[in-house]
Amino acid sequence: MLYRETGQFKTSYRRDQAIFPIAQDRWCVALVLVAAYGVVPALANEYWLQAVLIPFLIYALAAIGLNLLTGYTGQLSLGTGGFMAVGAYTAYKLTTAMPDLNIVIVFLFAGIVAAAVGLVFGLPSLRIKGLYLAVTTLAAQFFLVWLFNRVAWFYNYNPSGTITAPPRTLMGIMVTGPEATAAVRYLVVLSFVVFFALIAKNLVRSEIGRTWMAIRDMDVAAEIIGIRPLTTKLSAFAVSSFYCGIAGALMLFVYLGSVETLAFDINVSFEVLFMVIIGGLGSILGSIIGAAFITILPIFLTNAPHLVGLEMRVDLAKEIELIIFGGFIIAFLILEPRGLARLWQIGKEKLRRWPFPY
Amino acid sequence: MGFFDIWFVTPFTEILSAPIFFAEVVLGGLMTGVMYSMVALGFVLIFKASGVFNFSQGIMVLFAALTLVGQMERGVPVWVALPVTVAVMVALAYGIERLVLRPLVNQAPLTLLMATIGLTFFLEGFGELLWGSNVKRLDLGIPDDSFDFAGMLLNEFELFAALTAAVLVALLAVLSQKTAIGRALRAVADDHQAATAVGIPLQTIWVTVWSVAGLVALVAGIMWGSKSGVQFSLSLIALKALPVLILGGITSIPGAIVGGLIIGVGEKIGEVYWGPAFGGAIENWFAYVLAMVVLFFRPHGLFGEEIIERV
Repeated sequence: MLYRETGQFKTSYRRDQAIFPIAQDRWCVALVLVAAYGVVPALANEYWLQAVLIPFLIYALAAIGLNLLTGYTGQLSLGTGGFMAVGAYTAYKLTTAMPDLNIVIVFLFAGIVAAAVGLVFGLPSLRIKGLYLAVTTLAAQFFLVWLFNRVAWFYNYNPSGTITAPPRTLMGIMVTGPEATAAVRYLVVLSFVVFFALIAKNLVRSEIGRTWMAIRDMDVAAEIIGIRPLTTKLSAFAVSSFYCGIAGALMLFVYLGSVETLAFDINVSFEVLFMVIIGGLGSILGSIIGAAFITILPIFLTNAPHLVGLEMRVDLAKEIELIIFGGFIIAFLILEPRGLARLWQIGKEKLRRWPFPY
Repeated sequence: MGFFDIWFVTPFTEILSAPIFFAEVVLGGLMTGVMYSMVALGFVLIFKASGVFNFSQGIMVLFAALTLVGQMERGVPVWVALPVTVAVMVALAYGIERLVLRPLVNQAPLTLLMATIGLTFFLEGFGELLWGSNVKRLDLGIPDDSFDFAGMLLNEFELFAALTAAVLVALLAVLSQKTAIGRALRAVADDHQAATAVGIPLQTIWVTVWSVAGLVALVAGIMWGSKSGVQFSLSLIALKALPVLILGGITSIPGAIVGGLIIGVGEKIGEVYWGPAFGGAIENWFAYVLAMVVLFFRPHGLFGEEIIERV
């Protein structure tokens, strides 16, 4: 009754190929955007913005990037953390060398450098497949983190080895550094995520996205019908790393403010991979939902005992948290192996027939 | 010192000028490699029989060692604690098969991999909940002295580890080649459907193979635990076993052994002779890059089955 395409006629190809062909979807997206831009910054307090929403959005961006590579092109990668580190360190080097450069350009450049690095580490994918490839991407992860740790040039010979985001303004408003308010930083990240999610959505609907999916479904067959594995796989690696690079730069400048290489270690790679799998492989929306789930679940598990008035030792709470987290992931995979995006799709199908299912 | 020197001259002159030391480095590397192989073996066993890339092998090593040490700390003698630990690992295998593998049968390999990562979190929390997270010393009376052999300084403990690994591999070889269970295991590894068609119970095989992997994990856990204490970082050796695994080929037991030896020796030689050229601490990534280079020439590892793709 509420959600159905009946009576919505498409009279042109443009309308037929729109991202959201159904009017209700368009309203829904518009509503979410209005809420995210207007309502959330007004209502949410500092804690929610800083500890929940900003990391969620940054991880969502990284998850979209990894999903383009793993979900759409079928190349399993465990190097996400390394590519994020490339983005963060590039942005840091660039903005400390050229303080007057617009911060948005700095972020984009960080993405481009990460894309170039991703291209190099994507080269093995032309010969190596599946799990073997996943382990070679670990080479990227460990090598890059080691490099940023070892070569002092990357952190400007700072004796502590950490890099700190300098304060930068955008159109007169402070967006990075300790002076920037959480709401402003939230809006910056949100804009990046919305913009790049839209680009990703359009990429996977276009020719390049179709070639990616062809390679994923069967690379030999794709090659035979004239898709070049070289350009297809490498472009996927480049675009994916571009997204991760920007996410890494945002992580440093907007979320943490000051990082060591530890912030981009192997656990980050696994976390992002979790988001992609729990959210749904081959779904942009899934990446975002998955990021929300994996970011919020630990916070919820940490706070849940306090909410019901249960006090326990910190290490005990952490152990139980691990058990529940692991259990949740296994349960989720068993109940819906195709991820939260699939649940969403099923829900939509049900809603179409509601209240008269047949 | 020039760039060329530090890369191509100094390491070789060092090797040639002190051949005894070089042999010592190689032997040390071989011993470490054996330890990696023991972890990699568990991966291979499970992957062959169930097609699951068991990421939780590393935490199983820790869990087994923790269970053993935890009991011994409470005053249980070794000859009781050891069988109990074995029983716990078998029970764990049964539980995993029942609660994780069976509901996920026929899912994509990636989903199964993720499930084992979930299992990793679970076991980490569970193990620490049961036995505490402090570093524990495991002392089973394995000798740990250095002795002199043909001018080289060798370590008794490492020798013992190598012997244990050899016995372990021999036992596994006998198990898989000479027994009915072994034949069934190989049949399942070869073709799931054909194996079920001739009446091999898949579920029993999975429990068996996870139990065996659990026992291998226990042996590896005892070795690593005696060497560096039972603590959380023990589970990180799983990450070290990954390049070993792909270097040798995920489906090959000899591959796991040879891969472990190559990585062990390569890592040691790289660290000792080429480390200065990089500024040290290259152990973290050297194994991966080494594996990557080998994979360029042999994409399925040294001994892995070549997958023939058809459209």
